[in-house]
Amino acid sequence: MSTHAAAPEHHTSTGLDNTKLAMWAFLGSECLFFGSFISTYLLYRNRVVAGPTPHEIYDIPYTSVSSFVLLMSSLTMVLALAAIQRGDQRGLRIWLLATSFLGLVFVGGQVYEFTSFVDEGLKVSTSTFGSSFFVLTGFHGAHVTVGILMLLALVGLSWSGRLEPSSEGARKVELIGLYWHFVDIVWIVIFTVIYLVPTNPSA
Amino acid sequence: MATATGSLPRRGLLARPTAKTGVWGWMTTVDHKKIGIMYCATALFFFGVGGLEALAIRLQLAQPNGEVLTASQYNQFFTMHGLTMIFLVVMPLGVGLMNYFIPLMIGARDVAFPRLNAFSYWVFLVGGLFLYSSFFLGGAPDGGWFGYAPLSTSLPGHGMTFYSLGLQILGVASLAGAVNFIITIINMRAPGMTFFKLPVFIWMSMVTSFLLLFAMPVIAVALFQLMFDRAFEANFFNPAAGGEPLLWQHLFWLFGHPEVYIMILPAMGIVSEILPTFARKPIFGYAAIVFAGAAIGIMGWGVWAHHMFAVGLGPVANSVFAATTMFIAVPTGVKIFNWLGTLWGGDIRFKTPLLFSVGFVALFIIGGLSGVSHAIVPHDAQQTDTYYIVAHFHYVLFGGAIFGIFGGIYYWWPKVFGWTLGEGLGKLHFWLFFIGMNLTFGLMHIVGLQGQPRRTYTYPEGMGWDFLNFIETIGAFTIAFSMVVFLVNIVISKAKREAAGDDPWDARTLEWATSSPPPEHNFDTIPQVHERDDFWYRKYGSPHEQPQPVIAGGADGHEEHIHLPSPSYFPMFASFGLPVAAYGVIFFSDWSFAPLVIGGGLLWTLLSLVGWVLEPGTADE
Amino acid sequence: MRTYIFRLEFMRRPSNTRSRRFYVGATLFALVLLFAGCANNGPQDFLNYQAGSNAEKADNLWDVTILIAAVIFVVVEGLLVFALVRFRHKPGREAAQFHGNTKLEIVLTLVPALILIGLLIPSIKTIFDIAHKPEGALEITVTARQFWWQYDYDDFDFATANELHIPVGQPVHLTLKGADVIHSYWIPRLSGTQDVVPGHNNELNFTALEPGRYMGQCKEFCGLSHANMRLIVFAHPPAEFQTWVSEQQKPAAPPSADVAEGQKLFLEGACINCHAIQGTDAAATTAPDLTHLASRETFGGATFELNEANLAEWLADPPAMKPGSLMPDYGLSQDEITKLVDYLMSLD
Repeated sequence: MSTHAAAPEHHTSTGLDNTKLAMWAFLGSECLFFGSFISTYLLYRNRVVAGPTPHEIYDIPYTSVSSFVLLMSSLTMVLALAAIQRGDQRGLRIWLLATSFLGLVFVGGQVYEFTSFVDEGLKVSTSTFGSSFFVLTGFHGAHVTVGILMLLALVGLSWSGRLEPSSEGARKVELIGLYWHFVDIVWIVIFTVIYLVPTNPSA
Repeated sequence: MATATGSLPRRGLLARPTAKTGVWGWMTTVDHKKIGIMYCATALFFFGVGGLEALAIRLQLAQPNGEVLTASQYNQFFTMHGLTMIFLVVMPLGVGLMNYFIPLMIGARDVAFPRLNAFSYWVFLVGGLFLYSSFFLGGAPDGGWFGYAPLSTSLPGHGMTFYSLGLQILGVASLAGAVNFIITIINMRAPGMTFFKLPVFIWMSMVTSFLLLFAMPVIAVALFQLMFDRAFEANFFNPAAGGEPLLWQHLFWLFGHPEVYIMILPAMGIVSEILPTFARKPIFGYAAIVFAGAAIGIMGWGVWAHHMFAVGLGPVANSVFAATTMFIAVPTGVKIFNWLGTLWGGDIRFKTPLLFSVGFVALFIIGGLSGVSHAIVPHDAQQTDTYYIVAHFHYVLFGGAIFGIFGGIYYWWPKVFGWTLGEGLGKLHFWLFFIGMNLTFGLMHIVGLQGQPRRTYTYPEGMGWDFLNFIETIGAFTIAFSMVVFLVNIVISKAKREAAGDDPWDARTLEWATSSPPPEHNFDTIPQVHERDDFWYRKYGSPHEQPQPVIAGGADGHEEHIHLPSPSYFPMFASFGLPVAAYGVIFFSDWSFAPLVIGGGLLWTLLSLVGWVLEPGTADE
Repeated sequence: MRTYIFRLEFMRRPSNTRSRRFYVGATLFALVLLFAGCANNGPQDFLNYQAGSNAEKADNLWDVTILIAAVIFVVVEGLLVFALVRFRHKPGREAAQFHGNTKLEIVLTLVPALILIGLLIPSIKTIFDIAHKPEGALEITVTARQFWWQYDYDDFDFATANELHIPVGQPVHLTLKGADVIHSYWIPRLSGTQDVVPGHNNELNFTALEPGRYMGQCKEFCGLSHANMRLIVFAHPPAEFQTWVSEQQKPAAPPSADVAEGQKLFLEGACINCHAIQGTDAAATTAPDLTHLASRETFGGATFELNEANLAEWLADPPAMKPGSLMPDYGLSQDEITKLVDYLMSLD
């Protein structure tokens, strides 16, 4: 029997790790969060009263590239986890930094996209399309940013030697990895539903 | 996060708090029992505030053309009364009791994430205070707890911006609490405590937590949209720009109806513990009552549009939601029959907790029946937004949830404090409450059917509503008086401090197996569970085994040294950044430095979280 | 053991006359209160009195529902009280230790489900019945604003406010348009509520079955004066309705000499920015059409009786009389108010 009330990782009723279950529960909640924003966008994408319509303003090739960058960051995240699982802290740091870098490129791309949209006359206040587009993709960008902060925190922990070489360290990387992959998957949905599905302003 | 990490250097940002008692002991505690007490005490304080708002409303309506409140004050009061009672009273009271009793009832030493638990409480507290600070910063929310757009986006002042951000902050607390409870129940059960041996209260807590987990993000989205509309000129609900007012209603009620079950299910769980204890029999139809609870939790997602029968969804949608609304009454009925079956053939001891539980059942039947009448859509078009609805949901949430919770308070009080609340004053409290409740809200059914709409600050003479409104006000003051009796009971009982003993009610579940109040570590030895109602069968033997010696905590001679999670400053610190950032949003157009305030608040929370992560859960000793 | 659970064993106990008297008294008091309340017949009471097709159909469903609910209420609460009395603690009583009864639980699940299906079918039938637009309906467009109602009689080309006039026996088809926030159109004795949602054109069909004056009000919270957004529906015999229509179709008569000054103030002041008076230059539509103001019983969202004193009080400071009124206080002098009131009261 565990003597640690708050350290039940190895002695839970189901055998599953508490923090990992909690992350899954949180991501379940996040599904409804993004689901509601995506539904809002779908409701509004054909209701443009003023300003540009979605496909007048989207630059699909540009966004495809930044989407690809984000997708690749999932791969580097997997490599980071593999590194710590074989006890390779240096490899872990390299791949975590690579993941953060790809994430940063994506967020930077989004900032550029937002600025160019504003220049072309689409703001939060322009139309329901503007409101729902910026708020949805903005919240996604905020999630990526939080993810980058967590990745850099892991790098810091590894550097200062606080990240255990044991399975405990791998568990922490896996946990942040779960979040990171989720944010990626959400982007795939957003990219498909928002950029690729054609709009029909006449409807 | 706190395995024995041996040689690795682990230090926090701040010196570890060490106080176990006194103000700092409470502020830095991560003990689920202390957090539970703080939750309930804070919620009872807000219960008083929300009650005073209700009394002001009743005084205003006691007679036609009332002049106690202005229209503006009335709108703020009825909005804040609803927000307070839902988000600052019923939900946190349920969460407080869950906090205290989930670990005890499943045989655990704490919740899965003790610091997250403390964080939930502090976020709840600052969220509540933030919401109430609006009264001093230009006026409280005045668009109703339901905040229908585009009224909520167009009301002047900062009231509805406070609403959008205040509920957002409270939602963070609920979400963190929900995750914590779900993991605790799934993963922290004592050996042998299988899912079908869990007390019904634990089951209902789990269903409630899952509802919170999936409902809070939906309202979070609606509130963010409202916030962007109000503070940053977005157009989510602006009809002139093609915004859809019904979007708000769909999102709000997709959250709002599960929210009703979030409020009532914990009370149903409490009643399902109290009735077997005082009838001295096992719960009737355990599996049915558990499945009914889960069914309510699932079906609760398919009835939201019955709040929208009058908005013009069309006859097909209205018929579908009429059907789902009808059928959610079936699992609710199952529960009522099971409670009756639990009493049937029992040896019923009429103690105060039982009275409140029976009151719950009696009043919930009325609320349930009037609920079914809302599914008769053509008549719902008549009764919707009248006092008939006010009557209905007060029977469910006041007669239901609050009666159940007070039953739980009387039932568990001796466990928490070691002394019992007086029976005489307890019964007086019950009867005054019961009579006042029926006088106030029973008559609202009638006055509603006579055409009095809700949310109106005044009504003219000659509508035929004067007499009943006057009696309703008398009823409201009867309820208020009953709460004075409750407070007097606490004071007198505390002065007497009659020792309750570990098991004053001869109860059935594990929380009674430890001392009253329980030691910080709950149980000296984690119990091995063999039966549902394990504690009862330990006392009286079961078909499968002989009575066993009763285990109790608090005794001397620990068989091992128990490491408990150590207190921490960071959960409390982290909560402080949220209202700061929210003030920045509210005064975004008034303060040139508002972006700094928003950034500063978020940074403060972020730094607190960094400190939290760097600090081990259990301090080295 | 199962047979024991359902053996009805009535209380055999010498009754205590004093407590019995108390219970009888309390019950009587409750019943008196209930009937005193229920028997009431106020102008918005839809429990006891219906005069419109929708209200009647809703009430027919209600009568069945309340009957079934009353039976369930008496049976279930009766069982609860019986169980409490019958199984209360007595020395020597042992609680029967049983965990459930599967057959009984199934029956108690199915019976309510069947009752609910029985209620659902006629209810759905009525939902579709009420939604169906009848032939030969009188077309009226209702525009809801904070805090009053505009009525456009599309068939006759005139507008009025707050007080709706309709013929008895002929269906009316209201098209409900929202101009600012959500409101809800409700005349309890004629029809259940229909929300007015900006961006949606909701519809409401009903037929007045008896001539009369029916009060109603906005039922969706719409801001400061939600309580003061009232309305009246007058249901006339067809001939009387035609007379009213032909009166309303006329433009306002030219002002007599003694109110000409009032008209001048009206047309040269701020009034003209919002109000219309047919036959004059005033043609704005954001505030009530005043062409035949004096033919109405009320003003200000059917909240205030239309008389000179009330109108003068209104003009002096509208938001003071009706909180949140969009008509501001124009700081009119007493003399201007008197002249304006005289003019407005001449618009019959």
